[in-house]
Amino acid sequence: MSGAPYDGIVLTCPVTVPYVRYSNETAHWWIARGLRGTLDAAGLKPGQIDGLSVSSFTLFPDTPVGLAQHLGLSLRYLDTIPMGGASGVVAARRAARAVQAGDADIVACVAGDANRIDSFRQLLSAFSRFSLDAAYPYGYGGPNATFALIMDAYMAEYGARREDFGRIAVAQRANALRNPHALMKKPLSLDDYLNARMISDPVALFDCVMPCAGVEAFLVMREDEALRRNLPFARIRGSIERHNAYAGDPVQLRGGWAVDIDTLYAQAGCGPQDMDLLQTYDDYPVISMMQIEDLGFCEKGGGAEFVRTHDLTIGGDFPHNTSGGQLSTGQAGAAGGYLGMVEAIRQVTGQAGPTQVADARLAMVSGFGMVNYDRGVCSGVAILEGAA
Amino acid sequence: MTLPYPKKKDPQKRTVVPTLPPAMRSRAALGLSVAAAEGRFALQHCGECGAVQYPPRDACHACLSHDLSWKDTKPYGKLLAETRIHASPDPYFRERLPWRMGSVQLKAGPVVLAHLVGVGRGDRVRVDLRLDRAGQGVMVALPEHRSDDMEDDPVLRAMGTHPKHRRVLISDATHPVTRPLIDALFAAGAAHVFAGVPEMWRRPHGLSALDGLENVSLLPLDVTDPQSLKEAASEIGGKVDILINTARHIRPGGVLGHDTTAARDEMEVNALGLMRLAQAFGPGMAGRTADGVNSAAAFVTILSAHALSPDPAYGAFNASQAAARSVAQTLRAEFAPSGLRMACVYTGPTEDEWHQPLPPPKVAPKALARAVVDGLQQGLEDIFCGDVARDLADRWRSDPGLLEREITGGGA
Repeated sequence: MSGAPYDGIVLTCPVTVPYVRYSNETAHWWIARGLRGTLDAAGLKPGQIDGLSVSSFTLFPDTPVGLAQHLGLSLRYLDTIPMGGASGVVAARRAARAVQAGDADIVACVAGDANRIDSFRQLLSAFSRFSLDAAYPYGYGGPNATFALIMDAYMAEYGARREDFGRIAVAQRANALRNPHALMKKPLSLDDYLNARMISDPVALFDCVMPCAGVEAFLVMREDEALRRNLPFARIRGSIERHNAYAGDPVQLRGGWAVDIDTLYAQAGCGPQDMDLLQTYDDYPVISMMQIEDLGFCEKGGGAEFVRTHDLTIGGDFPHNTSGGQLSTGQAGAAGGYLGMVEAIRQVTGQAGPTQVADARLAMVSGFGMVNYDRGVCSGVAILEGAA
Repeated sequence: MTLPYPKKKDPQKRTVVPTLPPAMRSRAALGLSVAAAEGRFALQHCGECGAVQYPPRDACHACLSHDLSWKDTKPYGKLLAETRIHASPDPYFRERLPWRMGSVQLKAGPVVLAHLVGVGRGDRVRVDLRLDRAGQGVMVALPEHRSDDMEDDPVLRAMGTHPKHRRVLISDATHPVTRPLIDALFAAGAAHVFAGVPEMWRRPHGLSALDGLENVSLLPLDVTDPQSLKEAASEIGGKVDILINTARHIRPGGVLGHDTTAARDEMEVNALGLMRLAQAFGPGMAGRTADGVNSAAAFVTILSAHALSPDPAYGAFNASQAAARSVAQTLRAEFAPSGLRMACVYTGPTEDEWHQPLPPPKVAPKALARAVVDGLQQGLEDIFCGDVARDLADRWRSDPGLLEREITGGGA
C-alpha cells in the first residue's frame, strides 16, 4: 500500500560545499558550513530552525545531540540517518513526515564527512561487525572487493561487459566537466576506462569513487513557508525505502528498490517514462546499472543493452547523475548519499546552472547504502517535482 | 606447484618485520577460531529451527532464537563469484597482492566469503576452516580433490605451519617419539632436524635410534639448565623454524604417600622447562615469522590429555601438565602479535615404560609423531592424539565437573 501523499511539504535550498580530497577539518566544521549555506539560502538564522537530520560517519565521539550543542541549535526534532548512500532519500521522507505532522516547522537535512589522510582506512576498519568478522580478513579489499564479486556475478549472469559499465562512467565524467566543483577535471574516454589498472577484478580504477571531504544540505518545510520566503522548491511525489531485501539471494543482483517500485509509481501517479532525469547511487557503475533495471527503466538484465542504446549525459535522452555523480565529483562519506538528492532539487527548481537539464520537472533520486557483509543493505527512492 | 627451497639468507638484508591480517573479531565469530584450532569445519546452528547461519550472530536470523551452537558442518559448496584484489590498505595483504577471494554457496545454506586456492567461478569446492597468521579462523575454498603440493600455495603457506623446507628443533631426543617424529618431518619435507640431548656426556638411552641419520644434528640441550639453553639458542636460535618440545619427566603416583622430589622434577622439566625453552628460543622465532619460505612458524609442546583433568594415579605428573598447559596458553597470547603459532598436542597414555601397567588403548610413538606432523601441516593449535585424548577432550568440553567425577571414581 502506498503511503499518504506528502501534500504541503517541500524541499528547498539545496547546497553543496565544494569537496576537498584531503582536509584537516572535522565533520563538525564541514557540517557547520553546509548548514550555514542552506540557512543563508533561505535567509534564516540558526535559531529559526527547529529540526535537524544529520548523517555522518566521522562525528565520533559526538552523537547528533553533541553536534547540536556544538553548533548551538535548540531543536524539537533531531534525527540521524546512518544509512550511507540511502541517507538523502530517507532523511527527506522522514523530515517531510515530521513537518507534515507538525512535530517540526523547518528541518535542516545535512550530511558531511571529514577526510584526513588516514580517515578512510580507519572508517573501513570499524565499519560493521560482519565486515570485521567475515569480509576484511579475506584480503581487506574494502568495498572494492565486495562490489567486484557482485560485478563478477552480474557479468556472468547477464552477459554485461566492462565497456557497458564504462559507458556509465564516461558519461558521468562528461557531466562532471560541466560542474566546476567536481574533483575530476580530466576528460575520460572509454579506452581510458578499459585500460585503467585493476583494483579488484573486474573493478578497475574508474569503477571506484575517490574518498574526500565535503557536505551537502537542504531544508524541509511547509509549502506556505517556502512561498512566503520566495524560495524555489520541489515537492515529493512519492518515496520508498527498504532494508535487507532479498536476504536469500546468494549474490546481490537486485536491490531493495525492486520490492516497492510499483508502490512508488502508484503513489507518485507517474511512471519511469515520465522522468526527466535520474540520479542513481553510483558507488560503482554496476550498482547504477542495477538501479536502472530495478527502478523499471528496463527489464532485469537489460541494463547493459539500455546503456548501449541511451545517451546518459546532460544533453542526452537519458540524463543520469548530472553533476558527475560520486564517480567524478568524489565521495564525501555520508554526503555521497545526499549528492543525488541535492542535485535533483537543483535540477527541478532550475538552479543547476552549468549542469542544468533543459525543462527538468520530474526527477528520480535513488539511494543505496551500507555494505554490511557481501552487499549493500539500505535502499530508498524519491520522485521529486519542481514547483513551476 | 612446487615450492623451491629458499636461497641462503643474505645477512646484510633486514629481516622482514611480521605483519598480521586483521585480528579483531566479535565474540560470536571467535567460535570459528576455536573450530579452526582443532581442524574442524563448524558453523552456528539454531537449536530451535535448525537454521545454519553465517556470518556468526547472537540470535538466529530465521527465528530470533538465542539457542545457537557450533556444530560440525559439511564443508562443500560452489564458488559463486571471485575477485583478485590488487589494492588493499591493510599492510599484511599489501605485502602479498594480488590476493584472490570469492563467495561460496555452501550446501549447508549460507554464503561464505573465502580465500581461494586453485579454484574459480562455478567450481565445486571444499571449504577448510583454518587459522590465519592472526590466529583467527578463516574460510579457504579449495578443490574437492586435493593435490599434495597444494599446501605450497602462497595463501596456505602464509597462514600455515607446514614443515616443508623448515628447520625443526626437537627439544629432547630421548623421548621415544623422536625417531618416528624425525621420519614424519622429513616425509613432510622438513629441511633439517636439530635434536637436543640432556646430559649428553652419559650417552642417554634412545640415541642409538638416531645414529647415521642425514640432516639431523644432535646438540646438548637441557630444559632445566639455563646455561645449556643459552648456548643452544646462540648456536642455532636463528635457524629454528619449528620447535617441538618433547622434554618430559614422568613418575607414577598421586599426591599423598610421596615426598615432593618427583613432583619438583616434573615441574622443573615439564612446566618451568617449557618456560625456559620459550624464553631462550621464543623471541628469536617471533622475530622471524615473516622471514621468507623458511620463516619461523610454530612452537609445539606435547602434553598429557590429563592436563585438562587429572588421573589421580599420575596426580603429581598431571599437576605439572596442567601447569605446562597454562604456560602454553600464556605463550599463545604472547606469541600472537608475531603470528608465531603455539600448538598443544594432547596425548593419551603413551606406549612406554611409565605407562606399562596400564591397559590399552595407548598411543604408539609413531601415532604421536603422525599427530604432531599432521597438526603442523594443517596449522592446528589444539591437537588431540589417540582415542583416550579425544574422548577426554569431548567429555571435558561438555562438562568438566562431570569428567572429574567420572575419572576419580563413581563413574560406572
